[in-house]
Amino acid sequence: MTAPAATAVLAVRELDAWIGLQQILHRVSFEVPATGVTALLGRNGVGKTTTLRALLALVRRSGSVTLAGSRIDAEPTHRIVRRGIGYVPENREVFAGLTVAENLQLARRGPGGPDRDQLLTELFPDLLGRLAQPAGTLSGGQQQMVALARVLLNDNRALLVDEPTKGLAPRVVDQVADALAVAAERLPLLLVEQDLAVVGRLATRVVVLAEGRVVHTGPAADFLGDQAEVRRLLGVSGSNAGGANAGGGSDGGHR
Amino acid sequence: MTVTDPARVASPPAAPRRRSGRGLIRPAVVVLVTVLLALLPELQVQLPGVLPGPTYTAGTEQLLAGCLLIGALAVTYNLLFAVTGLLSFGHALYFAIGCYGFAILLQREHWAIVPAAVVTLLIGTLAAVLIGLVSLRVTGIAFAMVTLAFAQAGAVLVARNTGNLTGGEEGLGLTDAKLPAALLGVDNTQNLYWLALAVAAVVLAVVGGVVGSRAGHLMRAVRENELRVRVLGVRPYLVRLLSFGVSGSLATLVGMAYLLVQGGANPQITTSSFTLTLLVMVVLGGLGSRWGAMLGGVLYTLLDQRLGVLAASSGIAGLPAPLRVPLSQPAFLLGLLFVIVVLFLPGGITGSLARLAGRAGLGARPATLLAELSKAEAE
Amino acid sequence: MSTVVLLAVTGLGLGGLYFLVASGLSLIYGVMRILNFAHGAFLTVGGYLGYEAGHRFGAQANSWPVFALMLVVGTVAGGLLAVLVELLLIRRLYEREIEQVLVTVGLGLAAVALVSGSWGSDARTFPAPRWMARTTSIFGADVPNLRFACIVAAVLVLLGLQLLLGRTRYGLIIRAGVENRSMVAALGIDVRRTFTAVFGLGGALAGLGGVLTALYNSTVSPGMGDSLLIFAFIVVVIGGLGSVTGSAVAAAGVALLQQFANYYASAGIGDLTVVAALAVVLLLRPSGFVGRQVRLA
Repeated sequence: MTAPAATAVLAVRELDAWIGLQQILHRVSFEVPATGVTALLGRNGVGKTTTLRALLALVRRSGSVTLAGSRIDAEPTHRIVRRGIGYVPENREVFAGLTVAENLQLARRGPGGPDRDQLLTELFPDLLGRLAQPAGTLSGGQQQMVALARVLLNDNRALLVDEPTKGLAPRVVDQVADALAVAAERLPLLLVEQDLAVVGRLATRVVVLAEGRVVHTGPAADFLGDQAEVRRLLGVSGSNAGGANAGGGSDGGHR
Repeated sequence: MTVTDPARVASPPAAPRRRSGRGLIRPAVVVLVTVLLALLPELQVQLPGVLPGPTYTAGTEQLLAGCLLIGALAVTYNLLFAVTGLLSFGHALYFAIGCYGFAILLQREHWAIVPAAVVTLLIGTLAAVLIGLVSLRVTGIAFAMVTLAFAQAGAVLVARNTGNLTGGEEGLGLTDAKLPAALLGVDNTQNLYWLALAVAAVVLAVVGGVVGSRAGHLMRAVRENELRVRVLGVRPYLVRLLSFGVSGSLATLVGMAYLLVQGGANPQITTSSFTLTLLVMVVLGGLGSRWGAMLGGVLYTLLDQRLGVLAASSGIAGLPAPLRVPLSQPAFLLGLLFVIVVLFLPGGITGSLARLAGRAGLGARPATLLAELSKAEAE
Repeated sequence: MSTVVLLAVTGLGLGGLYFLVASGLSLIYGVMRILNFAHGAFLTVGGYLGYEAGHRFGAQANSWPVFALMLVVGTVAGGLLAVLVELLLIRRLYEREIEQVLVTVGLGLAAVALVSGSWGSDARTFPAPRWMARTTSIFGADVPNLRFACIVAAVLVLLGLQLLLGRTRYGLIIRAGVENRSMVAALGIDVRRTFTAVFGLGGALAGLGGVLTALYNSTVSPGMGDSLLIFAFIVVVIGGLGSVTGSAVAAAGVALLQQFANYYASAGIGDLTVVAALAVVLLLRPSGFVGRQVRLA
């Protein structure tokens, strides 16, 4: 079902994407509404990460992508990002040799956006004492904080977040989910996530992929409530799928 | 979730009719061309501007012999780089071992030609295997640098006239060597030409045999996807070592023949510039096939010589400086040509011809090996 | 003792030259993943244009102001040439790294040939302030002053680069780009501009290195870039691709090793030793001693 373009911050139509010679996505179409969290779900290897990367032109793609009404599919990555898309990649990808402060400094695109110390105090107090620490020496959870703080330091119109809780201890998972919830109050998120508890907490809509194609879109509550559908499309049962996700991110041949 | 093998996705659906047709035409053409080439010294073929004289003259015969040998050398490099994916910056070393080793045994030690040839070939092969054993422990840039280092070591040894064997900067001429009469004298240049042709034929045959064999299949597999090879229970290291050893050994063979054709060894062949020009030749000809490499080598050598003659000619000397300077430098023109080919004709000559013949435009298949290798890196 | 001092200072001077060339190569590889075979050409062109600038002054060429001019001209020439190359050629081959390397190979060959054609293939004497030819006595050794000049220049450049990398936003982008350039783009930064800047910086350093190499050898010749380039590559790999500090340490180490071995063993052994050192380092630690993990070519 299509929502009118005016209320969608991201509209994706007929998106194909390739990694090398292999086509990963086939005519993927969906929308991300201007409020709330849209979860991108699917088994390992179906192309969820590739979808996010395709939106950012980090992989070869074709098709139409619209951000708040303007086409962005012909633009290079940095221009797309500058239009207001924040990206939190799978595996965080913080710069290990740079300090936490430098990582955040690099991420800030311009004037505007919240004060760094205020943001950290509010959401990531752990980082306040670690500003001079090289990011490579942080724990996984702390690195995830840095990755999140990076995108929150700018005035973005949407966030693309890829498996933020992967490999994290349960307490840290909660912290991350809290931060995402706060972020979601202010801007729309497109969230790839395997942990269905987190999805259940945050998501308003879901888009489900299988083998590079969209197989289901709809309200999150409806989908998550239908255990049979969840099992069929995601291959896991009901609530906390964090355990079933062990073995995690490395799939067939692509990310 | 199955991972589609990119190579299988890329290959065109097999066309059996075309394949068997190709199977007959190719050998026939090869035989025909070989016969023609063998007959050249007996014929009076003239290509003014291209060849310095008619094909029965010694000058032309020597030039053609040199072209054939450098072409053969390019073919050995093709096996290493294009087939197995090993970017070596030190391949010229084995060629130089063949040339200098042979020269030292003949000229300084006064050996007879056959024992000298056998021993040189053994030394070259051994060197390739030993250096390969060491260098192949790393891959990629590290591998390229190690091979460069070894070649540079060889260049240093030659340049410093170590043990008064190599003649240093002046090279090593075969003035005191005990060579069979058939190889001496201007009148016998055609024998050298036939020797070069024979060596080139042997190299092409061996490389062709390797490429078509299971070993060749493994080499291509190792280039694209090591995992596939390991799954088959084969160690990629050994496959690469085989490729390194075979191509090095063949390069030594070519080097030996080159010594005889040129009458001496020149330190220029030990430089990294020379290996780089090998790379240029292989790309010019087209990475996809050994015939491309052969063509690239022959063309490059021919162009180099011809441009050199042109550069020294009075016509060029009379031109105004902005024209004269670039035209008087063959290396400049060749370098420029190379840049243009890389930018606009990435498939090289054979690749472009293939595209013209319509064979390479199938779906998402890239027209060149370069594109394939580059795409594989982009992941 | 005086021999040791002389060898050490000579070695450090040579090391300074290696560093100038290697640091640019290292950054270019780190950020752009290109083995820049045209780097020797930037050095040679910088050296020759610096030579031309000084040569014009005839007898007055042996003075400090003219020398300063030569340094500037050489550096700017190298930088401009590099920027041109990047904009016109390298950019067209974005994402095609093998072709980028090949293009630099072709350029290197072509540029050296052009220099040969323009100035002839014979070496030419390089004008320099008279102070350079004199010697200073240290610990009983008479050290030619131009060695000091090379050391000073290299140290200044090292400090400058550290400042650039550590204290400026550009430096931050470069350091991040060496680690993960696609993520840098995903932060909204135009990496292509960084590429041009880094390539240009490398070229400028090479050009400066060219003038100083000519000073060191007292001559310019068309092959000066190529012979240095091999050692520069060795230094880059030993020091670690993408690391400026690594290049500095490796440059000093390699040059010192070369000097001492050449003297105490025999001429040529030094070069062989360096080559052997490279092989050993690569086999033990493919990432070099300091720098990042090498990727497959």
